[in-house]
Amino acid sequence: MQINLTVNGEQRSAEAEPRTLLVHFLREQLGLTGTHWGCDTSNCGACVVLLDGAPVKSCTTLAAMAEGQDVRTVEGLERDGQLDPVQQGFVEEHGLQCGFCTPGMLLTARALLDANPHPTDEEIKVAISGQICRCTGYKNIVAAIHWAAEHAEEVTA
Amino acid sequence: MAVADERPIGFGRMKRKEDPRFIRGQGNYVDDIRLPGMLYGAALRSPLAHARIVSIDTSAALQHPKVRAVITGKDLEGHGLAWMPTLSADTQAVLATDKVRFQGQEVAFVVADDHYAARDALELIDVEYDPLPVVVDPRKALDPDAPVIRDDKEGQTDNHIFDWQAGDEAEAERVFADADVVVVTQEIPYQRVHPCPLETCGAVADYDGVTGKLRLWCTTQAPHAHRTLYALVAGLPEHKIQVIAPDIGGGFGNKVPIYPGYVCSIVASIATGKPVKWVEDRTENLTSTGFARDYVMRGKIAADRDGKIRGLRVDVIADHGAFNAAAQPTKYPAGFFHVFTGSYDLEAAYCTVRGVYTNKAPGGIAYRCSFRVTEAAYLVERMVDLLADELEIDPAELRLKNFIRADQFPYTTKTGWTYDSGDYETTMREAMRIAGYEELLREQAEKRARGEYMGIGMSFFTETVGAGPRAMMDIAGLGMADGAELRLHPTGKAVLRISVETQGQGHETTFAQIVAEELGIPPEDVEVVHGDTDQTPFGLGTYGSRSTPVSGAATAMVARKVRDKARLIASAALEVAPDDLEWEKGRWFVKGDPEKGQTIQELALASHGSLELPEGVEGHLDAEAVYNPPNLTYPYGAYICVVDIDPGTGEVKVRRFVAVDDCGVRINPMVVEGQIHGGLAEGVGIALMQHVAFDEQGNCLSGSLMDYLVPSSMEVPDWELGETVTPSPHHPIGAKGVGESANVGSPPAVINAVVDALAPFGVRHVDMPATPARVWAAIQGGTPR
Repeated sequence: MQINLTVNGEQRSAEAEPRTLLVHFLREQLGLTGTHWGCDTSNCGACVVLLDGAPVKSCTTLAAMAEGQDVRTVEGLERDGQLDPVQQGFVEEHGLQCGFCTPGMLLTARALLDANPHPTDEEIKVAISGQICRCTGYKNIVAAIHWAAEHAEEVTA
Repeated sequence: MAVADERPIGFGRMKRKEDPRFIRGQGNYVDDIRLPGMLYGAALRSPLAHARIVSIDTSAALQHPKVRAVITGKDLEGHGLAWMPTLSADTQAVLATDKVRFQGQEVAFVVADDHYAARDALELIDVEYDPLPVVVDPRKALDPDAPVIRDDKEGQTDNHIFDWQAGDEAEAERVFADADVVVVTQEIPYQRVHPCPLETCGAVADYDGVTGKLRLWCTTQAPHAHRTLYALVAGLPEHKIQVIAPDIGGGFGNKVPIYPGYVCSIVASIATGKPVKWVEDRTENLTSTGFARDYVMRGKIAADRDGKIRGLRVDVIADHGAFNAAAQPTKYPAGFFHVFTGSYDLEAAYCTVRGVYTNKAPGGIAYRCSFRVTEAAYLVERMVDLLADELEIDPAELRLKNFIRADQFPYTTKTGWTYDSGDYETTMREAMRIAGYEELLREQAEKRARGEYMGIGMSFFTETVGAGPRAMMDIAGLGMADGAELRLHPTGKAVLRISVETQGQGHETTFAQIVAEELGIPPEDVEVVHGDTDQTPFGLGTYGSRSTPVSGAATAMVARKVRDKARLIASAALEVAPDDLEWEKGRWFVKGDPEKGQTIQELALASHGSLELPEGVEGHLDAEAVYNPPNLTYPYGAYICVVDIDPGTGEVKVRRFVAVDDCGVRINPMVVEGQIHGGLAEGVGIALMQHVAFDEQGNCLSGSLMDYLVPSSMEVPDWELGETVTPSPHHPIGAKGVGESANVGSPPAVINAVVDALAPFGVRHVDMPATPARVWAAIQGGTPR
């Protein structure tokens, strides 16, 4: 079947089997490999993308369910050469190591800050609690999201 | 703390060079690789833990329109590839021929046009099994009626693998027989766990039938060692094999072994003439790839009544699963477990380790630790706490009383290790200061009076990392020395090629900083090439915290060679004798005339130019080095954990965790702290959550992240770190390695805290993982005091 959706502001269409998961559609059909796949059970969150602005696990979303909707992936965070503050925050606060969970974390952070520009530690921890990082012990991820909240307007690099 | 403004030329906080690609989703992991015409592989796995294979019918799968090949063990047998050697001189089935020996074992391999089709076709393979009795409990593996798992091995009549011991048994028994000592014994299992990196294992094999060249992108922590093993196993010429470890999504020891999926991908590429990708799913990762620990330890500690520890003995049954695939230096079948005397000055010590086969996945890999050091640290730190409880001495005081003193280093232990350097008391007191130990004790007393259950636990660990001296240590016959190559281009920019590679540790940054420290070249001007056997010198890989101790040392040495060569070039350029030159970071200058000098960049240009060079000096500015470590390094640390326990549910909340690490000189403190945070989280996970469990039929009960629990942001506290710095005297930059320390040191601190919290119930030990159910049961079964 043909699936039509908007990805990072661009209209995209591709053929895929009806059973195709959104994560595979993004990676295989559209070549957007920034979205990762890490488990089969919707536990790890490496696959999180924004669907109409809300974080979803693209490993448990059929591509067909995203028909006509607006998908934002990690590739769409940087705009006009300008990093999103959450991207810069992860660099500043050493919020990533192997980088595998990072795309999903970044998108969840973006959605959190869109809804709550000045979250507390606890609110950040709850927001990312459906995502697993095996490297950082989470402390610097929390700090990175705080950094982004504090530098919402001033990212340069 | 943000690091944006720091730009060290050398050691110091510095943002990572790796990050710009990862935050943009431009990492290049194995599953991101796509080649023209690429096919997809999938493995059929055994549903049973032990069964004879009666027949395998692949005809229906071959009828699938998208299937290009189905490979079975019989097919591999014809090429001598049905079995492969493990890293412990055992053999492991690539695809089962005679029997399956654990649930999840690879039985057949399908190659199809896409990975959905490959998965579909697995359903079409019909395997008839004849079930056999199963061995799950390693304590029963040597029972006379236990089925023999490895009947494929000539002369193997039971499930015994090895017996190994260290220390002096007679001396230990003499101490234990002393009428004046207090003896405490305890069985302390270290449960089977899995490293569970977020990226599962996978490979893309691309064999070119015309040139005979095999390219293999692979989730490997040891690309060079893998290349040599593929050459030896498959008979492919080694110079035609290129193993590439691209970006790796975490390893933690899980990506050290060679897995059947890698070999099948290679065979499938050769058979089909196409590139073949195989990436396992999470269940496959958790149920079939390298597990860790699974030691049943029986500890015995002896001390005088005043708390002077005199002797320690431990007898271990080691569950190695169905194939002995433990990754460790050849001469050490129990790894470095004999560092179990820990941080204490003992009179006698002895250990025995008995390795056995069971119907479980193979492994015994070093999960975020140097070979079995984690088991050793857990054992000794639990035993010391049990002793403290028995003697009614404060556990901090007991440790302080028994530490190896700073003036005793280098210190040779009763099991033969020579600890390089340490000042344990200072580190311990720093942890107690940060934690506010006395205040915590007061708080605990108040809470106990109110019926609240707060626990304070500590551990003091000493690791043995950075394997290792090549005369003593090899893996599969390959000595554990590592190479480095450094080349300065005419404009003074540098390329460093190293044998180890990053799975998240940040080598592209920290290794550039080592060159920067030695040569004064800004780290951003140093490109670090790693993870590609065609582009880097030979070395054994990244595990056992060996990158900085071994390859980091090679990097410092190769930079010093370049610096020495630059001195000779400077002597020609400045027309003075080399002895008349003095080095300051980045520049050789004439002694007594500091204005007269040349920077390393100027000398790089001169080395490529027309300057007449001194006799014996070749042009260009480059060097090679191979570093053979003279000894291991011995990082250590003091950890204090505070927990609160809900007696109604048994839930353990880690409220505080103080970690003071001494890993010698820190190259990039930001990266060091990140490594410690991550190790602490994994350690808390192991202590409270992570457990690869089996039922009596050998069914793995933890095959997904719904059953195998790893910590989320909700289970970890706000880590409180401190540091002391005691350089390694034999390492060129005094660094000791740190990536695994926190995972070694934290589980005993957590469990000691849990047991301490439960002391009012008379509980003296709780096994890991201390789940709510276990803690609740311990409370119910305790004897209140």
